[in-house]
Parts: sequence; structure tokens; C-alpha cells
Amino acid sequence: MINSSLKTLSQMLAKKEVSSVELTQAFLNRIDAFNPEINAYVALDKDKTLAQAKAADVRIAAGNAEVLTGIPIAQKDIFCAKGWQTTCGSKMLANFVAPYDAHVITQFDAAGAVNLGKTNMDEFAMGSSNETSYFGGVKNPWDFTRVPGGSSGGSAAAVAARLCAAATGTDTGGSIRQPASLCGFTGLKPTYGVVSRYGMIAFASSLDQAGPMAKSAEDCALMMNVMAGFDERDSTSLNREKEDYTRDLNKPLNGLRVGLPKEFFAEGLDANVGKVIETAIAEYKKLGAEIVEISLPNTGLSIPVYYVLAPAEASSNLSRYDGVRYGHRAAEYTDLMDMYCKSRAEGFGAEVKRRILIGTYVLSAGYYDAYYLKAQQIRRLIAQDFEEAFKHCDVIMGPAAPSTAFKAGEKVDDPVAMYLQDIYTISTNLAGLPGMSLPAGFGTGEDGKALPVGLQIIGNYFDEARMLNVAHQYQQVTDWHTRMPELEVLKEVA
Amino acid sequence: MEWEVVIGLETHAQLQTKTKIFSGASTAFGAEPNTQACEVSIALPGVLPVLNKEAVNCAIKFGLAVNAQITPRSVFARKNYFYPDLPKGYQISQYELPVVGKGAVTIQVPTVGKNPAYEKVVNITRAHLEEDAGKSVHGAVEGMSGIDLNRAGTPLLEIVTEPDMRSAAEAVAYAKKLHELVQWIGICDGNMQEGSFRCDVNVSVRPKGSDKLGTRREIKNLNSFKFMQQAIEFETRWQIETLEDGGTIQQATVLFNPDTGETRAMRSKEEANDYRYFPDPDLLPLEITEADKARVLAQMPELPEAMKSRFESEYNLTSYDAASLTSSLELANYFVATVKAGADAKPAANWVMGAVSAKLNAEEKAIAESPVTAGQLASLIKRIMDNTISNNAAKQVFEAMWNGEGEVDAIIEAKGLKQVSDSGAIEAIIDEVLAANAAMVEEFKAGKEKAFNALVGQAMKASKGKANPAQVNEMLKKKLGA
Repeated sequence: MINSSLKTLSQMLAKKEVSSVELTQAFLNRIDAFNPEINAYVALDKDKTLAQAKAADVRIAAGNAEVLTGIPIAQKDIFCAKGWQTTCGSKMLANFVAPYDAHVITQFDAAGAVNLGKTNMDEFAMGSSNETSYFGGVKNPWDFTRVPGGSSGGSAAAVAARLCAAATGTDTGGSIRQPASLCGFTGLKPTYGVVSRYGMIAFASSLDQAGPMAKSAEDCALMMNVMAGFDERDSTSLNREKEDYTRDLNKPLNGLRVGLPKEFFAEGLDANVGKVIETAIAEYKKLGAEIVEISLPNTGLSIPVYYVLAPAEASSNLSRYDGVRYGHRAAEYTDLMDMYCKSRAEGFGAEVKRRILIGTYVLSAGYYDAYYLKAQQIRRLIAQDFEEAFKHCDVIMGPAAPSTAFKAGEKVDDPVAMYLQDIYTISTNLAGLPGMSLPAGFGTGEDGKALPVGLQIIGNYFDEARMLNVAHQYQQVTDWHTRMPELEVLKEVA
Repeated sequence: MEWEVVIGLETHAQLQTKTKIFSGASTAFGAEPNTQACEVSIALPGVLPVLNKEAVNCAIKFGLAVNAQITPRSVFARKNYFYPDLPKGYQISQYELPVVGKGAVTIQVPTVGKNPAYEKVVNITRAHLEEDAGKSVHGAVEGMSGIDLNRAGTPLLEIVTEPDMRSAAEAVAYAKKLHELVQWIGICDGNMQEGSFRCDVNVSVRPKGSDKLGTRREIKNLNSFKFMQQAIEFETRWQIETLEDGGTIQQATVLFNPDTGETRAMRSKEEANDYRYFPDPDLLPLEITEADKARVLAQMPELPEAMKSRFESEYNLTSYDAASLTSSLELANYFVATVKAGADAKPAANWVMGAVSAKLNAEEKAIAESPVTAGQLASLIKRIMDNTISNNAAKQVFEAMWNGEGEVDAIIEAKGLKQVSDSGAIEAIIDEVLAANAAMVEEFKAGKEKAFNALVGQAMKASKGKANPAQVNEMLKKKLGA
């Protein structure tokens, strides 16, 4: 049951083969068993969760259930959920209980989904290994000595370890796709503006986008049906007609033009990962796809551009955590300035401070033109690269991350090495395009262990349904997405 | 050396919208602290701003009223600084691309001493939309400072002028004109005590004839025109004296102390914040089309300038009279109502600007509170026009009406103010006067014009002021063969 698709679970619930309470309890039991080791969840509230499950059972019995009614979902701790501790992985918000619901939470509640708990994440979504979390790192369910990726590391581990039916994540530079690659499941970052950011704690507003993290493309499509949609409370939310993301899942791929950017297969890509991607591409050829070589010449600039723009926005977005109204306040201080300084020095971790400093610097008088404005100009060039590329192909494919999961502690002292984890994902955020990662096989770690590798699919604006179709067709002829780590064995060893 | 003062103003007009500029919280003044502070007002994690369209309409109205360029695509920017009453740690404002660009207002500078009244154009540099901050409350709780975020997010239009003004009188005339204009077009209630209309004044001095600007000091938060006048006069004197004593002016922000009448530096601009402005990624650029402007224009009242021109041509008023009558919409409406009720325009203008305004000023009343209605004033003017009463008698009737003693005709009756227009009766009086004042008659005939006026006076006196002066004049001329 814990490895069943959302569609199957939904049918089981509808046929009363299982109740939502039973299903939810099954996942809570697994959480009890494995979460102390994996640390995927930072907040659990079984009473609240089971109350939602009971309500879902009533709704199912009344015959007005929706597809996700009664299905237990894990929520990244970046979404405000009324009455839930909402920390964003930070000491700053360690005691913050949200008094309102994020749009995404409201959508899942309306669909009758069950909130299993809040998942661990890099502090304020800043990180690629989940190691910046105030609540400690998260273990990769495939190898407990390795990181799950980040920033949505908790959701990633929860999906991979089947500690939830599906989860939500957010992706500012790759925070859904890189962990999806490192943990071996399917994750989608939609087109910027498709999912409302209301109630989602801001990191870099012009890049942040929420999306589903699930076992398969079909599951992601069902999640998208709940998450996507116009919300007037987010001015960057796009007012488009509701769409059914499952509508094209079964379309054949004959004649699909797949673009392979040469820059994604150059220096920096692990041979391990490259081989898996090549095999996956070969599979797509069998499915009728036509391969086109393309170029995204400004890919190399995406990381420097991102590390100007994202910190600039973050330095301003995080100013509200000043100790005045909520969140951490230093115990002792001499005056207002001292209160600000101590509260922020104590409340934020090193990576957050690093980015606030970078952001403050690039926005300062005398540096703004050289950094912020220049980066905005290059951001437009990066978007133009994609515009040009999509004249020649329907989707772009490549690796989602340059390597398989790395060891915990391996990159914490080398921020630039950590930032390079997002080399293949960041440019889509800068362009506002949708991107996804799906399991495409396994590479071998230096110690011989099999570790998941994700294939990235990048689509044109609002082309999520086609991307899901492309991923789903692959998942009809492969079984990588059904593979599960052997947690019992790992737990024994640990 | 002769000095010249150079003044520019930055005015924050609080816009009359029901809800805040970026949230649905109420903007009503005077509520219990933090009862009008929603999740957006207190900047909870995850909240986002949504622009209030009504605030945009207000900005468009202002732009149209000052003949300004309205920016087709303006941008909201974040002004970053830490302050306890600024919940987000940044203020959403506009920086490089404000919603309203260059415009102008024409001001009437009143007579000051020997200097006659004159008209002047003050250029508007820009006007931009922004949110207000909250308030720090000191002393409410022992040893603590409180924060009230009811005002946080209230929409403001900041209106900036060019350094076009050359005296305190000009600055005050501009501020008054602007104050009247924002109320006229219905975008601001103009309440200076509640802070709905606040002026910051930039003052610098330079040797007369120089075209270089001196170093300016900014007088913050002036909340009355009287204080503005005093503050500018003090600041100007202080700057001139400082320079004449060989000192230099440091750019600074100063506060005016109404008790001492002095300005004092609050903080030096050298320590000023670097606000790290950048476009707010949570808000899309504000697009305003020609159609938007046309739609807003259709909702706007006739503007003071247009009404002034119309008054000049339609009522044959002088430019000065027309400008005075259109100094406020209520005053203009009162005048028009008086004319519509049958009074001639010229006497109506004189009465509205004269007796009515004098009384209102003396009693610090608004025109809406006038005890004499436009209809009553028109009835009074009609009685002058049809020769029932003289101008002098009319003043008595007006006074009585102001004091609530009844309607025009009843007062004329009760006070016996009706003037005598019976030519037989007037002739009899004149004959008497001529007989009794033979000496004066001789003087007149000898060429002394003044004697004529004296004879008119005698005749009016004999009639106890009731004789129709025009008739007296005419008949006397006839009798004297003049």
C-alpha cells in the first residue's frame, strides 16, 4: 500500500478497501519507525492529522470525495499552515505557529487531503543538501551517510522512504529537482506564476515556485491539479483557466523533438550520471522521439547571476525577521540596534547570513549597476537562449544534478562546490520555465553503492501537461520510479 | 549681500481609500492599536502585497489635475531600512519610475506688506504611490515602546516640486493650493492634525542672481501652514546669518519646534541610510492606459483652473475674483448656487468673497457651516438689485440673517430698512435740503464739486438713510442744473 500510486490509493479509499484513518496511520507508523533516523519531518501533530483523516472518511462516505481526499501528504515547512509550527528550517522561526494558511495548504484542505506533517528543509530554502537546517540534516534513504539534496530535503526523503503518499516542495534554483534526482523520485517545478506563493515563506520572490514531489509523473499531475490555479492574493499568480494536468499523459511520443543542450553534457558532469542520461535518451528514441542538439550558451552564467539576484531579494525578504513582532528575539540587549543585531545574529545560520550579506552588498549604492542590473540583463539573455532553443525542440532533456548524492559534510565548507549542484536547474528558474526530474536509473557511488540519478525535462512556458506526458510514457516502459530503498536493512546497519 | 531663498516641497497626501494600499485592512483613523493590522500589515512570513486599484485611481486623478505626464508603466520599488514601525524592514514605494511625472500648478501669492498679489507657476517634479509606516508609541507601558501598525500600509501620494519657490509666502501659497486641490478632486481629506496632509520643506539660500543652488536643509513634518511660514522664515534667517558669519550649511534634516519658533537639526544627512532600492519582485509594473485615464477623467469634477476660466467668461469676473472663488470647491459651489438662485454674478462674487468669507474666517467656520444659505444670500442681493434696500441696509440685513433673525423680507420689514423710491417724497426732501443749505448750493455753483456730495449726504440723512441714493443723485443734479 505504501508504494501505491495516488490513483490506486484514491480508488482503494473510494471502494472502502482502506479508510483514510488506516492509510494515514500506516504512514504515521512508518514515520515513527524511520523518522528518528532520517529526520525528514520537523513537525508532527498526530491528533490534527488523524482528525483530518476522519473528516476525509466522512466525506468519502458522503460521496463527495475528490481524487486526493483522504490521502496523506507531507508539507514542506516553508508553507504557513494555521495552527502548525512553521519554521522554514530556521531558529528564527523555531517557535512560530502560523495563524493563517498558505494558498497551497488551502488547496489541499479543500481537496480533502490529509496533512501528515511539516518536512525539514535547508534554512529559508538556502542550500542544496539540507545541511543548513536548524533542525539538523536529513539522511538520504538510499544511503544514510549521504545527503538527500536540498532545499526540499525533508520532503524528498519522505517521498523516497515512503513516509508519505506525496509531498510538496519549493524550487528557487533546483530545490525540487536536485533532491528528486538524488533521492530517486519525480518532482516538478511549474512555470513561475502557476502556483500561488501566498503563505509560502519567501526566499527569492522572482524565482520561488512550489511544486509536487511524488513517486511518478501521474502522481505529480494529480498533485498539480490541486496546487495550480489563480490566486488574487499573489500579484505574480497568472490568471489562466484551470487545467487538467493528466489530460495528455497517455499521448504517444512519436515525433517528439527532444533538445539536448551541449552545455549540459560538458565538463563537470559525473560520468556515472552521464551514462544513465544517455541510456534514458536512448529509451526515448525507442518511444519515437527525435533528438536535436541545441545550445544554451549562457548556462555557465546562470550560477553567478543567480547568486546576485537571489541573495538581493533574500536580503530584503528576510528583513522582517527583526525580533520585533514574532520570531526569535535575543534574551538580553542594550538598545534597539543591539536587539536587532543580537536577534538576527542568533536567529540566522551561516548560509543565510552569507546570502544576506551578498544581497545587501550587490544592492548597495555604487554596486547596484555593476551587479544587480547587470545580472538582470544576463537573466534576460538566459531566457532568450531558451526561447531560441524551443524553436528547434519541444522539450529539453539533460541531467538534473551533476552527480549522485554526496556524503554529508562533504561540501558544507565549500559554498561554491555546493552552489554548482544547481548548475543544470538554475537557468530554468531564471527564465521562469517549468522543469522536472524523474528517476532514470542508478549510478554507483565511490563506495560501490547504487544511487539514484534523475533525468531532467525542461518545457516551454505552461507546457507542464506535455512534460508530464513525456515523463509518464517513459515510466510506462521503465520501472525506476517504483524502486524503493531498503530502509530496514539500512536501519540495521546504522 | 542680497540673498535669495530657494524652496521645494515634498508633500505626503494620505489617499482616501477604504482599505490599505497593499491589503484589505481598513484605513479608518483612531481605532484601538493594532485592530486594523491584518497579516499583511504586520508582515507575517509568506504574505504578499496586492495593489489597491482605488489608490491608483487617486494618483491618476492627481496627475490629470496638474496636467502631468502619467507614466504608462511605473514600477514599485523597495526602500530598505530597519525601524520598529516598519514591519517588513522595507517600505514599498516608487523610485526610478513614479506613476506621475512632470506637471504644474498655478498659485496665487497674496499681498504681503507692500508687495502686491501675483500669480506663479510651481512645477511638479513627480508624484509617487507608497505605503505609510506604523507608529511607535512611547510611554503607554512603563519602560517599553509600543508599536501600533494600524497606519502601516495606508496609501500615500508623495508629491515633489521643483525648487521653484522664492519666499515663505510662495511656499505657503503652494501648500494651500495643493491642500485645496487634493480635497477638490476627492483623493485626500486634507486633515493636517491627523497627519493626512504632511509637508517636508527643503530650504536653501544663495546670493541673489546666482544660478547655483545652495546646500539645503529639509524641515520635516510640518502640520500647519502657520508653522510652515514660521519655520521657513526662521530657517532662512538662520542660514543667511550662518553664511554671513562665515559658516557653511551642512545638508541635514531639521525639525521645527512650535514653542520656540526655531528649527533644529535632527540628523545629519551624512549618516543617511543607503536604502538599497530595487524593483519589488512581488508586484508587477503598474500599467496605465489611455482608456484608464479617460475612465478616471470622467469621474472627476471640473478642475479649478477650468472653472476659473469659465467664471471669467460666463460671469464676466476678473481673473482675481474668479481665482478667489475657485480656491475651494465648496466656495465655488456656494457662489454658483447664489447666482442660480437669481443674484447677479458681480454682487454675488463680492458678497461671497467679502461679507461671507469675512464672517466665516472670523468664526473659523467652513462654508458648509454658513448660517446664511446661498438661497438667502441671493434673496438679499435681489432686494438690492430691485432697489428695495440700499447696500448699507443690506449689510444690516446680512448681519441679522447670520444671527438667525429670520428671512430677508421679514428683517427689512422689522427693521424698517426699505428705501424710499417715491420720486414725490424724494423731491420734497431735496427741496427742504436745498432751502436749508443755501451756502452749500452757492459753493457748488462756484465750482466746488465736493459740495454736491455733501448735499447728497444731507438728503440721505434727512431720509434716515432710506432714500434711494441713485434717485437722490439724479434729482439733485436736475435741480442744480448740473
